[in-house]
Amino acid sequence: MKSSHINAQIALLPAILIALVVYCGTTGWTIWISFTNSRMLPSSVMVGWRNYLSLIGNERWVVSVTNLFVFGALFISAALVLGFLLAAMIDRHVRAESLFRSVFLYPFSMSFIVTGLAWRWLLDPTLGIEKLAHAIGFSWFHFDWLVRPDRVIYTLVLAAVWHAAGLVMAILLAGLRGIDGEIWKAARVDGLPVWRTYISVILPMLTGSFATATLLLATSVVRLYDLSVAMTNGGPGVASEVPAKFVMDHLFERANVGLATAAASTMLVTIVAVAAPWLYYQQRGRRT
Amino acid sequence: MPARSDVSIRGVEISYGPVRVLERLDLEIAQSEFLVLLGPSGCGKSTLLNAIAGLTDVDDGQIWIGGTNVTWHEPKDRGIAMVFQSYALYPRMTVRGNMSFGLRVAGAPKADIERRVREAAEMLRITDLLERKPSELSGGQRQRVAIGRALVRDAGVFLLDEPLSNLDAQLRAELRVEIKRLHQRLGATMIYVTHDQIEALTLADRIAVMKDRRIQQLGSPDDVYLRPANKFVATFVGSPAMGFLLGKLGTDPSAPMFEAPGVKVPLTGYAFAERPVAGQGVELGIRPEHVLHGDGDIAADVEMVEPMGSDKLAWLRIGEQPLSIRLPAETPVARGDRLHLKLPAHRLNLFDAASGQRL
Ligand SMILES: Nc1ncnc2c1ncn2[C@@H]1O[C@H](COP(=O)(O)OP(=O)(O)O)[C@@H](O)[C@H]1O
Ligand SMILES: [Mg+2]
Repeated sequence: MKSSHINAQIALLPAILIALVVYCGTTGWTIWISFTNSRMLPSSVMVGWRNYLSLIGNERWVVSVTNLFVFGALFISAALVLGFLLAAMIDRHVRAESLFRSVFLYPFSMSFIVTGLAWRWLLDPTLGIEKLAHAIGFSWFHFDWLVRPDRVIYTLVLAAVWHAAGLVMAILLAGLRGIDGEIWKAARVDGLPVWRTYISVILPMLTGSFATATLLLATSVVRLYDLSVAMTNGGPGVASEVPAKFVMDHLFERANVGLATAAASTMLVTIVAVAAPWLYYQQRGRRT
Repeated sequence: MPARSDVSIRGVEISYGPVRVLERLDLEIAQSEFLVLLGPSGCGKSTLLNAIAGLTDVDDGQIWIGGTNVTWHEPKDRGIAMVFQSYALYPRMTVRGNMSFGLRVAGAPKADIERRVREAAEMLRITDLLERKPSELSGGQRQRVAIGRALVRDAGVFLLDEPLSNLDAQLRAELRVEIKRLHQRLGATMIYVTHDQIEALTLADRIAVMKDRRIQQLGSPDDVYLRPANKFVATFVGSPAMGFLLGKLGTDPSAPMFEAPGVKVPLTGYAFAERPVAGQGVELGIRPEHVLHGDGDIAADVEMVEPMGSDKLAWLRIGEQPLSIRLPAETPVARGDRLHLKLPAHRLNLFDAASGQRL
């Protein structure tokens, strides 16, 4: 018993070492670098909070962070709502279920690059939907959000929701299928309308599925990079920049490693600040 | 409670795709009656109950409740309440929430809801549990809450679908008594589905034994137990099970006789439903507690003795055929003993060997 415990620990040692070196080591190094005056190459001259101060004053960074919050809030809520509606629809109309499930889940199997390009063409006023509408006679139709700085972020939301709603649907459908059919019967005998049953009885039973879906969506919000690159390349101007793209650009194109690592560290701290209480709460919930 | 709450099922047919589950089913349930639907798993009991509730559409036939044709009414408009095997409580609501939610959605006055929940809770002794969540309750308590949710609906007809099947034996016995008491107190019509023949025999005013899309027998517990309509009912009801001897009827019409190798049983005193045919192949069924021993002329060898607490069951062999007898616990009997049996004619059940129907 005891020796097998030790054996297991020895077997896990490489994994533990890799985790320590790769994750903690590089994270620590990144944070350290963010306090240096590194430009193209890492340097060891400490400059204190200077990179962070210039980050706060950087208009592009401010736009990126604002975009991230706007995108995150809209994307997560829209994907949850749409995913739930799709799941409920499939759950009620069992016919051709596997077809619908595949169709809705299909976008998720593509990379954000493909999604981004596809929607870039669709929403391009000179190429996509607008041109089609004009061609078939709807000359009044006008949709140019992709090239309007004040609206472009919503087109990113649109593409991302199309991409991820199927995943939410799959997760919530599994949750719906796990609900005892007698609950539905009881609700009908009780005289609850279907919508009321969903809201008051079924939704509260799906909190676990919703938490899983939200977590997955949230990680793709934080990672948001490729969609912005493929769809708008951050434009027009800097209107659709996002933090991950800010980091990548400053790291590799603008040769400002210090600023890039400061941005990355800021993101990390923000995520930990949000995730830690959540994880703590989850753990406590599991124990009781 | 509505003035009338009798239930009438008229020629109901239900199929799932090509599978016919109920076939031309007729059933009249009187006001305040306790009717038990008894049958093996998958025989269509729940389907019938759901059809009465309005949760399953009928393909043909009508359902009347309280003198109204409710075949196409929504469940909530049928004057019924229902209790489910899995309790089907709303897990995120408190007990009070579970019991009151339907009334609240229906827009009942607050004071009225409050009173009905309080009365139901007192009746079921769950007042202490009102603020708890279902996950904080035991199985027996959950089923009480589910019954409470049905009670507050103030319905004339209660439909219960195997409400005790998920409980352990002791709780089952306890709640069985409770349900019976509730029925007496409310005077409501109750339709109770179970596959447990003990529940059926103890609770029912009348039992409908179901199998193969049909009602096999409809009658009082005594009818079903003492005069089963066919061999299926005879086998399904009663524990320990009825014993059977295969044989044929004697040829002398003036003195009817059951004959099998090593067995001759005079049938004078047996209430034949129809005139027996001499030489007809029959199965004789007799319950273990009705077999007498001592001065009989049927020789039987004891093969095994099974003590059952208050009494014991002896497994016998008569020639080639097995039979069992129920004896007082103190009877000195052991494997290898020879008993002399007597099978009293008025306790016998004769079934046509081919069709299984009672003679
Ligand atoms: N929704 C359904 N779809 C198809 N077949 C069903 C459905 N519900 C029940 N059945 C079938 O109908 C038969 C009767 O089922 P049920 O009424 O639940 O039986 P019981 O309650 O007596 O165990 C079973 O053979 C079952 O397989
Ligand atoms: Mg059933």
